[in-house]
Amino acid sequence: MQESGDIVLSVEGLKVYFRSEDEVARAVDGVDFVVRRRETVCLVGESGCGKTVSALALLGLVPRPPGEIAGGRVRFCGEELLGRDEEAWQAIRGRRIGMVFQEPQTSLNPVFTIGEQLAEPLRVHLSLPEPAIRERSLQLLNDVGIDSPGQRLADYPHQLSGGQRQRVMIAMALACGPELIIADEPTTALDVTVQAQILRLINRLQQSHGMSVLYITHDLGVVSQIADRVYVMYAGGIVETATAEQIFRNARHPYTRGLLESLPSRKKRGRRLYSIPGAVPHPAYKPAGCPFHPRCPQAVGTCRVQVPGMCRFEDTHVARCPVAAGRDAEDGCTQRT
Amino acid sequence: MSLENTPLASGLEAPPAPKRTRFEEAWRLFRRNRMALAGLVIFALFFFAAVAGLALTSGSRPLLDPSAVRLQEKLRPPLSMPQAASLQPGELPAFGIYLFGTDDLGRDVFARMLQGAWVSLTVGFVAVGISVAVGIFMGGLAGFYGQRHIRLEQLLVTAVLLTGAGLLATGFRSRGALLLVAGHAWLFWSISPWGLQRWKALPPGLGLLRKNTLMVDTVIMRFVDIMLCFPSFFLILTVVALLPASIYNIMIVIGLTSWEGTTRFVRAEFLSLREQDFVAAARALGVGNLRIIFRHMVPNAVAPVLVSATIGIASAILTEAGLSFLGFGVPPPHATWGNILSDGKRFIFDAPWLTFIPGAAILIVVLAFNLFGEGLRDTLNPRLRERN
Repeated sequence: MQESGDIVLSVEGLKVYFRSEDEVARAVDGVDFVVRRRETVCLVGESGCGKTVSALALLGLVPRPPGEIAGGRVRFCGEELLGRDEEAWQAIRGRRIGMVFQEPQTSLNPVFTIGEQLAEPLRVHLSLPEPAIRERSLQLLNDVGIDSPGQRLADYPHQLSGGQRQRVMIAMALACGPELIIADEPTTALDVTVQAQILRLINRLQQSHGMSVLYITHDLGVVSQIADRVYVMYAGGIVETATAEQIFRNARHPYTRGLLESLPSRKKRGRRLYSIPGAVPHPAYKPAGCPFHPRCPQAVGTCRVQVPGMCRFEDTHVARCPVAAGRDAEDGCTQRT
Repeated sequence: MSLENTPLASGLEAPPAPKRTRFEEAWRLFRRNRMALAGLVIFALFFFAAVAGLALTSGSRPLLDPSAVRLQEKLRPPLSMPQAASLQPGELPAFGIYLFGTDDLGRDVFARMLQGAWVSLTVGFVAVGISVAVGIFMGGLAGFYGQRHIRLEQLLVTAVLLTGAGLLATGFRSRGALLLVAGHAWLFWSISPWGLQRWKALPPGLGLLRKNTLMVDTVIMRFVDIMLCFPSFFLILTVVALLPASIYNIMIVIGLTSWEGTTRFVRAEFLSLREQDFVAAARALGVGNLRIIFRHMVPNAVAPVLVSATIGIASAILTEAGLSFLGFGVPPPHATWGNILSDGKRFIFDAPWLTFIPGAAILIVVLAFNLFGEGLRDTLNPRLRERN
């Protein structure tokens, strides 16, 4: 285990609920994770499992109402973030935590040039003089690998391709030199070639700038390319965490195994791909016990009644499944309700 | 190494595409619409005429005196020459000719039309300026903060302040002043840090005061509905009849009775804009609410407002002319198109130019603004763009 001074972001028991007239959707229901310095951490899960909501909660961007942070702690570089006022959040967003969104087509304001938008975080946070802003903008565009940055500054978003726009978004997130970048499926809207370029870019920038990256995706292919460690989310909770290598070599939780099983590969050529039976439970009507038990091939009686605890398999490998642990757990499971 | 750094990719520098700014693009589309272009040209002419009119007809010794009375020259038809022998040198009309004829007091109608053009222009622009400012503010409030609630306590404070003002106005000086002071003290207390602290931990009985009552959106939009119920011309007539006759009062009253359309537009735009990804992205960059509203959202909402403002100018000019015609407008010695028309209607058979010229001027200018506004709408609305 690394020392705690290394931890950039730690989330403990984060709960985000969405209240409507007659139901409470528990979108994020007790999530714990840690991001260390210079580390790329992936948050993996199906659509609707609470990945994006967790990310928004880290920046205080959950819309309230109907959303509500129902509990938990988010510590960033040792400071508690939850329960701060709006101004304190604004000082952190974009300055110390950058965020890259899913849709580069719509995340840029259509009526302003790239230069003006790139200057926005610099103006808001650093209040640099104009020549310095231009210089920094050029350097940022150069950093993210955009050709002839001087011309691009005067362009409008519609004149750029999707990949270029995502590069601009990354440049904006980088503008103030943040300690952490949250990337919410930044390559989902892009084609595979551009995706590979963007992933390499993120890797390279992480090395050169010494940042941490929290990368949110549903694509295990992406995970295998960039992740140091992986958190697998299901129905608002973490079900398994391990290093990327451990996940792909020896996943423990039946859900993770199912996900890996359903990836196409050369070995499975000519065979019908596996798919996990059933569907993700609605966040307002989760089953009792383990939320995965209705779809789980290994479910036993206790899975239906008792929320399983985290079981340690190896030093860095933990999964929320005592059934899997019953065979080869090293030091048992912590019970949680 | 990433793909874009290979020599092949960097060797193939993209040829510089012919670049157009948004303005050039819009201008290219706009130019194809001939009627709109005509509207723009007339608008430009009108603008210059009005500015020239102000320069030529004001001051202590104006070049063209719109109020110089020459009784011996009354009701001359357009393009007639003055009888120079009977006039003082200072009374001669511009260019030595009565371009638009003279009225029943021998005043030069051309000079009066120029003076009136400035009135029409300023009324149009100032009134629309006021209505657009109010409209953007109210619409922005309803669109961005519409889902927030007004608390019972805030309603009570408003009631106290209004009652106080009412009492003060009706002669109960001391009680009115007391209520006003109490209301303000309450307001100051509730926004002071000390008050805010207490406010959060009220005893259960008083907690009722913090109960949410009305939604901001409901209040504003229902108020808009109420305002739209009044036939606005009669509302303006009533208000103008109560106020001292002055051009500024007319501008303000027209402005304050025509903001509803803009409010609806801006609210609708804001409701859709606030869900856009770029607004979320701006927020994730740490941009504050006010900056998001004015820097990121208003520029996106401006297009429909611009269109309705252009057409609004036309209707403001028309309203002012109507008021002047009825005698509620700008007080007499000053000429406006409406009161030239109104003065001339007595001589409609003897001197038809006195009604025809201002009438035609109003028609042309209003038409020009409408055509220009519609052309602008076609240019700025991408969905209509396909058809042309």
